[in-house]
Amino acid sequence: MVFRLKFLFVLGIIAANSLAQTTFPTNGAPNPVHTIYAFTNAVIHIDHETTITNGTLVFQDGKILAAAEKAVVPTGAMVYDLKGKHIYPSFIDIYSNYGLPEVSKDAKTPPAPSQNKGAYGWNPSIKADVEAYKTFTHNKEKADELRKCGIGVVLTSNKDGIVRGSGSLVHVSNQKENESFIKDKAAGFYSFTKGTSPEPYPGSLTGAIALLRQTYYDAKWYKENSSKTEYNISLEAFNQLQALPAIFEANDKYNVSRAAKIGSEFGIKYIIKGGGNEYQRISDIQELYSKFIIPVNYPEALDVEDPFDAEQASLAELKHWEMAPGNAAAMEKNFVQFCFTSADLKERSQFLPNIRKAIKYGLSEKTALKALTNNPATFINAQSLVGALRTGMYADFFISNKNIFEEDAVIYQHWVNGQGNIYDDINAPDIRGNYQMDIANKNYKVTINGEQNKPGGTVKVDTTKYKLNINFKNNLATFSFDYDSTKTARLSGNYDQNKKTIEGKGQWADGNWFEFKMSFVSADTSKTKAADKKEKINIGKVYYPFSAYGEPLPDDGVFKTAMQKFKNRYDAILIKNATVWTNEGDSVLKDHDVYITEGKIVRIAPNIDAPKLAFAKTIDAEGKHLTAGIIDEHSHIGLSGGVNEWAQASSAEVRMGDVVNPEDINIYRQLAGGVTTAQLLHGSANPVGGQSQIIKLRWGLNAEEMKYQNAPGFIKFALGENVKQGNSPPGNRFPQTRMGVEQVYIDIFTRAKNYKKTLDDFSKIPPKQKGTVIAPRKDLELDAIAEILDGKRNITCHSYVQSEINMLMHVADSMKFKVNTFTHILEGYKVADKMKAHGVSASTFADWWAYKLEVMEAIPYNSAILTKMGVNTCINSDDAEMGRRLNQEAAKGIKYGGLTETEALKLATLNPAKALHIDDKVGSIKVGKIADLVLWTDNPLSIYAKADKTIIDGQIYFDREEDAKLREEIKKERARIINKLIAEKNKGGKVVKPSGRRRGLDHCDTIEGEE
Amino acid sequence: MRKNIFILFVFVSIIAFSQNNTATKAGKRVLLMNGVAHIGNGQVIENSYIVFYNGKIEMVADAKGIKLDLKSYDTILEIEGKHVYPAIISPNTILGLQEAEAVRPSSDFSEVGGINPNVRSLIAYNTDSKILPTVKTNGVLYTQCTPRNGLICGSSSILATEGWNWEDAVLRADDGIHVNFPRSIQKNGWWAEPEPSGKNTKFDEELIALNSFFEEASSYCKSPAGAFENNVRFEAMRGVFNGNQNLYLHANTAKDIVLAVNFSKKHNIKKPVVVGGKDAWKITSFLRENKIPIMLNRIHDLPELSDDDVDITFRTPALLAKDSVLYCLQMEGDMEAMQSRNLPFLAGTSVAYGVSKEQALQSITLNAAKILGIDDKVGSLEMNKIASIVVSEGDLLDIRTNKVIAAFINGKPVDLVNDQQRLYEKYKTKYGLK
Repeated sequence: MVFRLKFLFVLGIIAANSLAQTTFPTNGAPNPVHTIYAFTNAVIHIDHETTITNGTLVFQDGKILAAAEKAVVPTGAMVYDLKGKHIYPSFIDIYSNYGLPEVSKDAKTPPAPSQNKGAYGWNPSIKADVEAYKTFTHNKEKADELRKCGIGVVLTSNKDGIVRGSGSLVHVSNQKENESFIKDKAAGFYSFTKGTSPEPYPGSLTGAIALLRQTYYDAKWYKENSSKTEYNISLEAFNQLQALPAIFEANDKYNVSRAAKIGSEFGIKYIIKGGGNEYQRISDIQELYSKFIIPVNYPEALDVEDPFDAEQASLAELKHWEMAPGNAAAMEKNFVQFCFTSADLKERSQFLPNIRKAIKYGLSEKTALKALTNNPATFINAQSLVGALRTGMYADFFISNKNIFEEDAVIYQHWVNGQGNIYDDINAPDIRGNYQMDIANKNYKVTINGEQNKPGGTVKVDTTKYKLNINFKNNLATFSFDYDSTKTARLSGNYDQNKKTIEGKGQWADGNWFEFKMSFVSADTSKTKAADKKEKINIGKVYYPFSAYGEPLPDDGVFKTAMQKFKNRYDAILIKNATVWTNEGDSVLKDHDVYITEGKIVRIAPNIDAPKLAFAKTIDAEGKHLTAGIIDEHSHIGLSGGVNEWAQASSAEVRMGDVVNPEDINIYRQLAGGVTTAQLLHGSANPVGGQSQIIKLRWGLNAEEMKYQNAPGFIKFALGENVKQGNSPPGNRFPQTRMGVEQVYIDIFTRAKNYKKTLDDFSKIPPKQKGTVIAPRKDLELDAIAEILDGKRNITCHSYVQSEINMLMHVADSMKFKVNTFTHILEGYKVADKMKAHGVSASTFADWWAYKLEVMEAIPYNSAILTKMGVNTCINSDDAEMGRRLNQEAAKGIKYGGLTETEALKLATLNPAKALHIDDKVGSIKVGKIADLVLWTDNPLSIYAKADKTIIDGQIYFDREEDAKLREEIKKERARIINKLIAEKNKGGKVVKPSGRRRGLDHCDTIEGEE
Repeated sequence: MRKNIFILFVFVSIIAFSQNNTATKAGKRVLLMNGVAHIGNGQVIENSYIVFYNGKIEMVADAKGIKLDLKSYDTILEIEGKHVYPAIISPNTILGLQEAEAVRPSSDFSEVGGINPNVRSLIAYNTDSKILPTVKTNGVLYTQCTPRNGLICGSSSILATEGWNWEDAVLRADDGIHVNFPRSIQKNGWWAEPEPSGKNTKFDEELIALNSFFEEASSYCKSPAGAFENNVRFEAMRGVFNGNQNLYLHANTAKDIVLAVNFSKKHNIKKPVVVGGKDAWKITSFLRENKIPIMLNRIHDLPELSDDDVDITFRTPALLAKDSVLYCLQMEGDMEAMQSRNLPFLAGTSVAYGVSKEQALQSITLNAAKILGIDDKVGSLEMNKIASIVVSEGDLLDIRTNKVIAAFINGKPVDLVNDQQRLYEKYKTKYGLK
């Protein structure tokens, strides 16, 4: 028997697929329904690779019985003829929170059980014990939202915490929850954000990374020693979570790399939720060989009409607006496996339109479909259940009028777990076209156009055209149009599908009724014309880094090393006739040439012949001064997610190397001031801060490539007002006095010694007996302290007053370690003799003082006294602005205390190289050393000097002439995109005001979330 | 104390050349002989005679072709090859109103209430501030002591960086009223975690409040005495309406500056000055046509936006100078009190980025004086101006040569010793350093 589909439409939602048996009692007689459905004559997309043009889909009780060209239709089946309609497997969103309670920081009742009292782990942001299946309930409204954009299956999870527990794979159906599960625990979820946890730790990205790493180590230790240690719900749950596929919310291209790095430490290949900007570092992304979940929340167009307001929009923002829809295409082109998610969209209804946009920007339809079906299913090992239409799989599919990736495709019905949801009349006739209408012998020309299921139109009488409002449903059409500014005609008519006429009655504004008849004249052609005019997508190039002053990859793609990827690729540079400040003794060589090749200084002499190499450059440095590159011993530029993990007195476990941000414009700005190397330090909020990262300012390269290779390890310590929280409201965190600060060190070094001994003792236990004792727990914090004791990690200690400086040297002596550098050290001049005896370096400000009580006795003669006392002394910035004028700051050593010019220059070059133990490679101009150099327009210590060229590893990273060209490029590129945005606005597109997002500038005192 | 002796030594040796052994003080006629005089108006006299008497400059002349009777001078300083400058003026600063930035009780520049034209920075100026001596020793001899915060912050005064008390130090009391012109773009978040900036939702409200206050105050000031009940806030505005005082409009973005200037026109303000002016270089013709001077933000600052020219802040003075906008430099920002001593080096940086050395000097001397309305008294080495003079061993604008060896305020020698030098001497002695 063949049912008319209209019947189905009237019926609305069809009850089907009750389980054969249910645990629930029924009220009255049960109503078992086991209808077999057969959808015939459809274009069936079995999966992303296989399409049957005239197929039959048979299913019963939520499972597919057959999907084939000539599938046998069982007796008793309800058969529907779908005649040319398309059937797709339901799309799968594996990054959903459908049906779960909203996560809110203000929630009175914490959603996570791990915040309850009980045998949980110490940090509530580790919510391994949270299980989505326990709180999952359907939500009719949200379910419709999802199904209308093709999504019928979701992996839903709680988006709260660094470890977020397990998510459930469910049908987006209208059944009882009991019947909606595909997998109760389908994947484990992780992130960098602590969510609703009230615990202040971690307060930074670097802290979040450390906490997650420590949790992995703790869980392993717990598992291996479980009978002998505590009972811990969080770690139990964490260990169970490890059996599941792991999904990591990274949300940004650099966080993607950070997540993957954690994964590789613990042998886990995360499925990474990206941020939609992966195209900006696509080769790095590709090299991870990870699977990705990609949002399609493209940035909104910016309102750039006012030229001043438009300046608030950065080039990066403008370019991202232009290029974001191409993200998926870039991933496909680079063979990155990914699936789509509708998460992050402001309006979920934008999901399909935005995927179509991705296709317009070069994504193939096949990959798009795969990213919506097979990939998400495969990522979580559910490919035998969902994501395709094969026998035995779930009957999760939707029916559309045409290829779903076409602009005006409509989803009529979405069947989930065998249950139908009707969204549009599948048999609704297409009434679009040009009509002739007669009312009282007057001739009206009517055009009905627009989308098939949401038509609009115009009506023309004589030469006047009015807008026509149309509502068409169940073959009844309602029209209205304003034939005068205050007068509206309203019409209601019946559509005759065979005759293609609409006949009925209408009422004028004055209340008089009239009869009308509309007859089809011709098909509407306006739409096809628009479709012909296929938009040509023309977007700019990716800049490295993705910022103003970034540059596209060279067209020829020729580069020998990563270092050469984005910069002038010189095999050799010859600098002619410069005044060379060698930093070797007091030697300043007039009219000398310096020859650089393979990144190194190979010759310093007068009159060196020009190199005869293909990629060689000769620089005329007549009247210019050449010095070693400036080294900033104390910097906080180029870091993401906060520089202070302040919540505990010690945060030795955090590593600034985990959060290097190679895109910070301040890196380029420092280059323009001659800086070639910087130590990126943790802040000074706690006595033991985090591990620092020394970088070379290789603007354009990625975070790993910026790191100074094989640099010795450093860690930040801090003393004084910041660590005792002296300038904040009274707090509870120990210490609150300098007395307490000393004890923090005594305590942590004592513990580290015990820890080392425990590790050592354990290693001596014969393997057979190892099982009888509790193995020592790996402690990332004490590992770092133990490295100090072993002489493998150096301390840079923020310090101001003499008492505390003295104290730390005493602690060091008694605990048998060395303080490498006192940084700031504004009262160093008072204990210079003691510092000299300890062998510590000083890294100070040239003349800062009077910004807090502990610096009231700071004097600008500090660097001169320390230098004259034989202490290795540096001038640092701690400030992104001053960092670009460190030559000027060093010159203050001449003014205050009478250092010689060569002594002063060393304060910002050779001395910091010594303090950082990299002076064997950089810091002076000497044959064999790395070519990190600055060519100055004047005496480098003069206020009138500008860095003309800044050279790192023998490549020019800043060049004043190139800089001028880049400015022109920025102007042109901005103008090009702004013109596009103006066109978008003129077309009536939605635009939003530019945000003017600025990156913060970090100093020592920066505490996330606290001013 | 050794520093003191050193300075005295310089003096004594110079004085020995003269035939008069009295120490320099007001009331004596002093000759600065053979120095390179940087007049402050763009001119340089390579070999100059400068004479002052009773606190006033009597003569500034090229030594060439002049014969002086050395007997008629009480004090003669032979400063051949040294550089002579007019006193440097540091406008718009809380110097003297704050000691230690983080210590709240040491701050006296920000009053509550929003509209406080009647509060006067003058009386809070602490001549015994430990910071002042470190500033004057670099040649900064005058400061515009400025209240901050709120919509109308109060009135500033111009004082010397040395004095027994504020009464003694003041050069011009209550030179103008400072208005924080409402910002159309609101920066959100805080500096380490900036949120997207956006429209200041309170802009209209603030502008209405400002406009109505000015209207009411103007009407009050125009009315005959006794027409209204006395209002101390309105009284404080009298000077800006009658042109006796400047109106300092603090504004930075191009649009805000234009709005601020239009505001001053609407209220018929005689002497408007824009303070901040970070974007001033974008609207130079507007500023020139409206004769609006700029007290330019600290140029040792980062560009506002990532796309900006990396040196835009350094280059702004050159852009203003090129288009003939009258500007001077100032130091508002982090640690501005202590940073005041680096004002000459802001001028130095502007030289590296396109202005001439003498133009740069002008931007911290004569132009500042013009804008502050004190150029009849100070700002240049010209006859009849106050003898507030700086002598430096070398170029004052360059860190490596700036070394002030003598200075005078009102013709009186400035004590060129500060606590930092004393500590320096003390520890040099401790360590036996030379």
